[in-house]
Amino acid sequence: MNTTLILFLAFVAVTLGITAWASRLSGSSASYFAANRRVSAWQNGVAVAGDYMSAASFLGIAGLIAFFGYDGFMYSVGFLVAYLTVLLVVAEPLRNTGKYTMADMLAYRLHPRPVRAMASLSTITVSTFYMIAQMVGAGALVALLLKGSGISFHVAVTGVGILMIIYVVFGGMIATTWVQIIKAILLISGTILLSFMVLAHFGFSLGAFFTAVSQVHYHTPDGSEVVKDFLTPGLRYKPPYGALDLLSLGLALIFGTAGLPHILVRFYTVPDAKTARFSVVWAMWLIGIFYILTTFLGWGAATIVGRDFIAKNGGNNMSAPLLANALGGPIFFAYISAIAFATILAVVAGLTISASTSFAHDVWTNIIRHGQEHNPGEERRVARIAAFVVGAISIAVAIVLGPTANVAFLVALAFAVAASANLPVILFSIFWKRFNTAGAVSGLATGLLASIVLIFIGPSIMTVDAPTVAPAARHIIQHAPIFPLENPGILSIPLGFLGAILGTLLSKRDPAGEEKFAELQVRANTGLGAEKAVAHSTIS
Amino acid sequence: MPTPRGTEPHTPSANASVWNRVAQTDDFKKLLAAKKAFVVPATIFFVLYYLALPISVGYFPAFVQRKVWGPVNIAYLFALSQFVVAWFIAYLYVRAARGFDSRADAVIKDLGNLEAKGN
Repeated sequence: MNTTLILFLAFVAVTLGITAWASRLSGSSASYFAANRRVSAWQNGVAVAGDYMSAASFLGIAGLIAFFGYDGFMYSVGFLVAYLTVLLVVAEPLRNTGKYTMADMLAYRLHPRPVRAMASLSTITVSTFYMIAQMVGAGALVALLLKGSGISFHVAVTGVGILMIIYVVFGGMIATTWVQIIKAILLISGTILLSFMVLAHFGFSLGAFFTAVSQVHYHTPDGSEVVKDFLTPGLRYKPPYGALDLLSLGLALIFGTAGLPHILVRFYTVPDAKTARFSVVWAMWLIGIFYILTTFLGWGAATIVGRDFIAKNGGNNMSAPLLANALGGPIFFAYISAIAFATILAVVAGLTISASTSFAHDVWTNIIRHGQEHNPGEERRVARIAAFVVGAISIAVAIVLGPTANVAFLVALAFAVAASANLPVILFSIFWKRFNTAGAVSGLATGLLASIVLIFIGPSIMTVDAPTVAPAARHIIQHAPIFPLENPGILSIPLGFLGAILGTLLSKRDPAGEEKFAELQVRANTGLGAEKAVAHSTIS
Repeated sequence: MPTPRGTEPHTPSANASVWNRVAQTDDFKKLLAAKKAFVVPATIFFVLYYLALPISVGYFPAFVQRKVWGPVNIAYLFALSQFVVAWFIAYLYVRAARGFDSRADAVIKDLGNLEAKGN
C-alpha cells in the first residue's frame, strides 16, 4: 500500500478519534460554536495558524518561489504583516462584543436584521469560494501524490468533503480546533525539517545556498536555456501593471485577513480579550517562521530539483513534495504529502464551521426566528444541516470544475471581499459614532460587488489564451481583460469604504444607534458584559 | 406566536444610562486616549512600512537589486525586515496593553461605584 496513504489514514484516524471525543462535549451552543470559550492562548494561536496556512500557502507559495523566485515571497510577507491589523484593531473588540459570528459585532448597535443578512451573505461568499479553491486543489494534488494507488480526483474530493463534514457536524468547534492544532504542528515541523535538509544539502553554508539561488538554470518553453537570479524581483510581476498589481495584492492581504470570517470566529473560543491578544502573538510567531521558511522550500526546489523537472512532474504546486523526494526519498515524500492533505482538511473544516455558524446564528436564529430558538438545540441542529449542505455543494462544484480548473482567483476573491466589504464595516462600527445601518449595508454590498465585478472583468477570468492551452485550463471568457489587475484591492477597498461612508451620510441619523455607541465602546475596551467561558463544572 | 421582539432590540439597553456614565468617566477617557496614542501611530507606521516594500520593489527595481552581502540584495533583506518589524510591533503592543488592562480595571471599579450609588 502507498506510504502517503498510510500516513494520511493515520492522521484521519487520530482526528476522527478526537471528533468522537469532542462530540460528547458539544452538547451546548457555547461548546458547539465556540469550544466553551476555554481554548488557551497557545492553543488558539496554533489553531489560528492551522486555520490560516492553507495548501495554497504550503504548496502554492513554495511553487511560486520555485518558479518565479522573489515575487512569490511577496505573498509570504503580506500573510504575516496582516496579523498586526488583527492584533491592534480587531481581535479584542470582537471578542468583547460578539458571541459566535462576525455579524455579532456589526449588528451590535445597528438594526440587526439587515446588517446580519448582508454580513452573513459576505461570510458565506468568502468561505464557500475559498473552500471550492481548496477542494479543487486537494483533488488535483491527490491525483499526483497518490499516483498509482487508484484514487481518482472524484474520490479524493468526495473523501476530503466527507471528512470535513464529519469533523464539523459531529465535533463542532472543539474538534475543528484540535484538527487545526495537529495540522499546524505537523506543517511547521515538516517545513522546518525540509528547510534544514535544504541547508544541509548546501553544507550549512548560507553563502553557498544564496549563490546557487542567484544562478538558477532552466529552459524556457521554446527550449533555450536561461540563467536567472531568483533573489531578484520582477520575474512574475512585470510591466506595465506588475508593480500596481503587487501593491494591490499587498493591500488585500494586510486588510483582508482581519476580515476573514473563519479567522475571526477563532477569537470567540478563548476566555477573554487578553487571551485573544496573546493568541494572536502565538499565531504571529508560527506564521512568521513558516512564511520565512517558504523561501527555503521554494528556492531549495528551484536549485536542487530544478524548474524543468518540476514542470514535467506535476507543475509548480508539486515543488515542495518533489523537494522532499529529492532530499529524503519516498518516505519523506509521503510524509510531506500527508501533511499537505492534513493542511487542506484543517482549513476546509474551519471554513465550513464559519459558514454554517453564520447561517445558523445570523440567518436562522436572528433573522428568521427573531433572536430566539423555538426549541432547545435548534441553532445547533440548523448549523449541522448547513454544514452538510455547504460541504455537499462544495464537493459538487469542485467535481464539476474538475482538476485542471483555474481556481487561484477564488483565493484572491476571498481576500478582496474580506478587505473591501468586511473590514470597512468592522472599523466604522467600532470607531465611527455616526455610522448607521444604511452605511453598513451599502458598505458590505459595495465591497462585495466591486470585488466580484473587478475579478470578473480582470485577467483571472478574461484573457485570450494561446491555442495550445488545454481546454479545461482556458480562461472562462476569451476576451482581453477590461480591468488590468489580478488583484482588485487597490480599487475595491476604497470603494468599500466609500460605500460605507456615503450610505451613512446620505441616510438619516440613527439616534438609538449613536446612543448605543457609548455602550459598544465601553464593552469593546473593557470586556464588561462579554461572553464568559463555560465553567468546568458544567461540562460532564 | 412569537412576536418580532427577540433578544436584539435596536434600542439602548435597560442600563444605558450606566454605560453612558461609564463612558463619561475620566478613567474611561484616559483608557481610550492611551489606546489611541499607541494604536494610531503604530498602525500608520506598519501600513506605510509594509507598503514601502511593494512600492520600492515595483517602482525602484535598480535600488532594491543592489547587492549587499554576496548575492543577497536589498529586496530580500527589506522583505525579511518586515517579519522582524511585525514581531517587534506585536511585542510593543503587548507591553503597552498591560497599561490598557490596568486602566480597564479602574473603569470596571468605577462602574461598581456608580452602581453602588443606586443606578
